[in-house]
Amino acid sequence: MTTVETAIGTAKTMVLNMGPQHPATHGVLRILLELDGETVVKAIPDLGYLHTGIEKSCEDKTYSQVITLTDRMDYLNPLGNNLVYCLAVEKLLGLEVPKRAQYIRVMMVELQRISSHLVWLGTHAIDLGAMSVFLYCFREREEILKIFEMFAGQRMMTSYIRIGGLALDPPAGWRSAVDRFLKMMPSSVDEYETLLTENRIWIGRTKGIGYVSPEDAVALSITGPMLRAAGVAYDNRKAFPYSSYEEFNFDVPTRRESDCYARYLVRVAEMRESLKIVRQAVDKITDEGPIKAEAPGIIPPQREKMKTEMEALIYHFKIFTEGFSPAPGEAFVAVESPRGELGCFVASDGSPKPLRVHFRAPSYVNLQALPKLIEGQLISDVIACIGTTDIVLGEVDR
Amino acid sequence: MGLKIVTESPSQNANVVAECLRSWNPKAVAEVIEFRGETTIVVPRELLRAAAERCREDAKLQYSLLSDATCVDRYPSEPRFELDYHLVSIPRRERVRLRVWLSDGDPAVDSLVPVWPGANWLEREVFDLFGIRFTGHPDLRRILLPDDWEGYPLRRDYPVEGFRDVPNTGELFRKSSTP
Repeated sequence: MTTVETAIGTAKTMVLNMGPQHPATHGVLRILLELDGETVVKAIPDLGYLHTGIEKSCEDKTYSQVITLTDRMDYLNPLGNNLVYCLAVEKLLGLEVPKRAQYIRVMMVELQRISSHLVWLGTHAIDLGAMSVFLYCFREREEILKIFEMFAGQRMMTSYIRIGGLALDPPAGWRSAVDRFLKMMPSSVDEYETLLTENRIWIGRTKGIGYVSPEDAVALSITGPMLRAAGVAYDNRKAFPYSSYEEFNFDVPTRRESDCYARYLVRVAEMRESLKIVRQAVDKITDEGPIKAEAPGIIPPQREKMKTEMEALIYHFKIFTEGFSPAPGEAFVAVESPRGELGCFVASDGSPKPLRVHFRAPSYVNLQALPKLIEGQLISDVIACIGTTDIVLGEVDR
Repeated sequence: MGLKIVTESPSQNANVVAECLRSWNPKAVAEVIEFRGETTIVVPRELLRAAAERCREDAKLQYSLLSDATCVDRYPSEPRFELDYHLVSIPRRERVRLRVWLSDGDPAVDSLVPVWPGANWLEREVFDLFGIRFTGHPDLRRILLPDDWEGYPLRRDYPVEGFRDVPNTGELFRKSSTP
């Protein structure tokens, strides 16, 4: 280590401010890097630039109003956020959701998982210099967003999953749209793999980079593809099935290398597994059937009934002015988001507004392992490690 | 819809956890709550870290993964802070919630970072937003809010209107918004 005379005295290392306005930090993450030449000696993540107090805002909204806030946390996984919140409130209410709605939920969140992984792959590849992969990934993501628009009227902030069911019945022609996507997607995934999997530059930039041992990964509460790339097959869809996942046939891809390359392989394999789940869900969804639970006073009544039935009109008015009040208690539900274990904790004090809503954000918890991944590595590896941690700052800061 | 506290009989997992903790220290379990199929073990404040260690190390429990740590402010009732740790046992496929009650006068508890390093940021977040002090935490700084922020916003008595640096704007706002 060479000592250098600086304006404030002698120094052996330099401190570099990476971010908050750095394209490779995928948002507004700031990392203080202490460097010795090109080697990272110490890394301190600094966050909060996108903190909007969503959990506090939830306390002043009725249970149904919170759904639109959840969209805006992990903006690559809005349907998953809707789902975890609705599952938590449904658990609190003791509400059973019709099977048809559960299958549609599964189909939507799996499409969302593919689209999230596509954004991850595209941006990660562009960080490491593979421009074309980014364009291919966004081409396919566009098709998924079109499906979302068809279902919910929105491409990103869908708020499609509601307490007790779904916002709308699937639109006419949805089956052929999803079928078309399912036909096209497998060859597209092959295409990404031909571009990257055996690419020498890609392997050079990712193989053996950002190692974390399985023991450390569990101790650091890492979940999701990062944990599975370390060889721990923990997936909420299998371990604690929700929304009828136990009826679906799929594998949980794992690797043992626990480096950036293994995380890439796990996520690509997950896209293929998600396609399998979507295919099964499409077959399970019937053309006719309820999409909302039967719970007067909690689930808004049908339009037609409001025009003919007195009770329906009263319930509609009460739900949208006052809201509904679950029994006092707490519920915690965790789902498998594209980034890991996404948990939602809802506490009720028996009033129409939640006493506390807390989200266990997988990006937030996984990001705390970043210093462990990058200390001792080169500065160029920092980019690869941030990329494969797959953070969404909207969710980290909430 | 009637509001009632639902009492459920403890699940098998609740019995296993409570028994394990009781056999280690009879005082370790203050209460076992079962609600909507979720088990909550209320632990005395001074035994939290030891009980957590027990949950992780005991071969019958194996709660190796700390999923979440969060807090609920029950203001104005006392003790007001309810601190919840959500644990996952990957091999047993079970979850449990450890709960500690903290009073307004002394909201401090032993940090669980020595047990699960992953508790670091989760506890920093609780410290940042609720002002709970974790003794033995290696890096107890604000994490989401700026370092010079005053107050703890997720407390129920934190003012939700007005501006911090201009005194009495909350009062002015109320006056101006009523015709």
